[in-house]
Amino acid sequence: MMRDQKLWTWHLAAGAVILVFLGLHMTIMHLDKVVSVASLNPAGGHPIDWNNVVARGKSVLFPLTYVVLLGAALFHGLYGVRNILFELDPAHWLKRTISAVLLLVGVGLFVVGTWAAIAGFSLARAI
Amino acid sequence: MSAKSLTEVTYRIRRFNPERDSAPHWEEYRIPYTPGMTVLDGLWKVKELRAPDLAWRSSCRMGVCGSCGMLVNGMARLACNTQVTDLGGDTVVVAPLPNFDIIRDLVPELAPMFDNHRALQPYVIREDARELGEPTGEFAQSAHELEQYLQFSYCIKCGCCMAACPTYATDALYSGPMPLGQAHRYNTDTRDGGFAARREVLAGEAGPWRCHYAGECSRVCPKGVDPAKAIQLMKRELVLDYLRLRKAKCPAKVAAKPSGVRRPEIPDAPAPTV
Repeated sequence: MMRDQKLWTWHLAAGAVILVFLGLHMTIMHLDKVVSVASLNPAGGHPIDWNNVVARGKSVLFPLTYVVLLGAALFHGLYGVRNILFELDPAHWLKRTISAVLLLVGVGLFVVGTWAAIAGFSLARAI
Repeated sequence: MSAKSLTEVTYRIRRFNPERDSAPHWEEYRIPYTPGMTVLDGLWKVKELRAPDLAWRSSCRMGVCGSCGMLVNGMARLACNTQVTDLGGDTVVVAPLPNFDIIRDLVPELAPMFDNHRALQPYVIREDARELGEPTGEFAQSAHELEQYLQFSYCIKCGCCMAACPTYATDALYSGPMPLGQAHRYNTDTRDGGFAARREVLAGEAGPWRCHYAGECSRVCPKGVDPAKAIQLMKRELVLDYLRLRKAKCPAKVAAKPSGVRRPEIPDAPAPTV
């Protein structure tokens, strides 16, 4: 019976993670003129210039944050979708199906996204 | 329309008699207006002059019993607590509380609400049940501790919040603002030790998780209770509980009886009558 209490707590925690990591993303990618950190953009210019992306990609911190943000965003978003669908009062079997489909979609996207983050990291280290 | 110029009022009432009607329908009745007339007074006048078979629930006529909750001019209210002149115009539109089945005319079936209420054990739960049954004193509770739940204890279970709640309207599993607000009322009471027992229901789908915080429950409450606030506070308690951060609350102990000489100006208690 603890299920909703547990899921809601994780939903809040994922929201907090998104707030922090998306804030970092916005700061690094879009507020580089305001908050200038030389080690994040060593080549100068725009943060998404190839050399800057490669330089950041060499650090294990970046793929790690991508994976954490991806997990948090997927859980937060898909749990929200699940709540919306459940409010339509579907039958019990449909609820189970919705949960299973969303779980599969979430895990699938997480695996693909994690693979992309690791592949990017490997590529950057190889260059 | 001011009370002075009002001489007659039209009551537009949603009628339904399951023995006769296949679906609810509207009927209109014109009745004389008397100064100070409440919506409930008007219903009695309709019954007296126009529709003797009109059915509704009411009892105290003073906003205490919670029997006469109904939809008046589109808002869930107590009929006894609503002046006809406060509605504006000379037409009073009355329907049974939404989100409930209709037994007859303005009588809603409130049993599902009370089933949800009962499931959340809305009473003080303690391990020392003997002290509840045969008290040897009073449980110690400070004024501050009383403040934490006092406003929620003003609930009269009229069902207006349930009728106004958009989540209760659509989600069959949601307990609704009244039962959840009352669960919070007892969870917050320092005399109570029943949080774990109520959590069996609250931590699941019937708990506060589906609340959108539309806030309609608090807007319509005729007693000024804020169930929406109770539900949000309850979410916080349950999240802290899951994270093992909730402060364990020892139910209040029996207060020590005052010692010393009794002040002479205090009269003795009257003799027991039973």
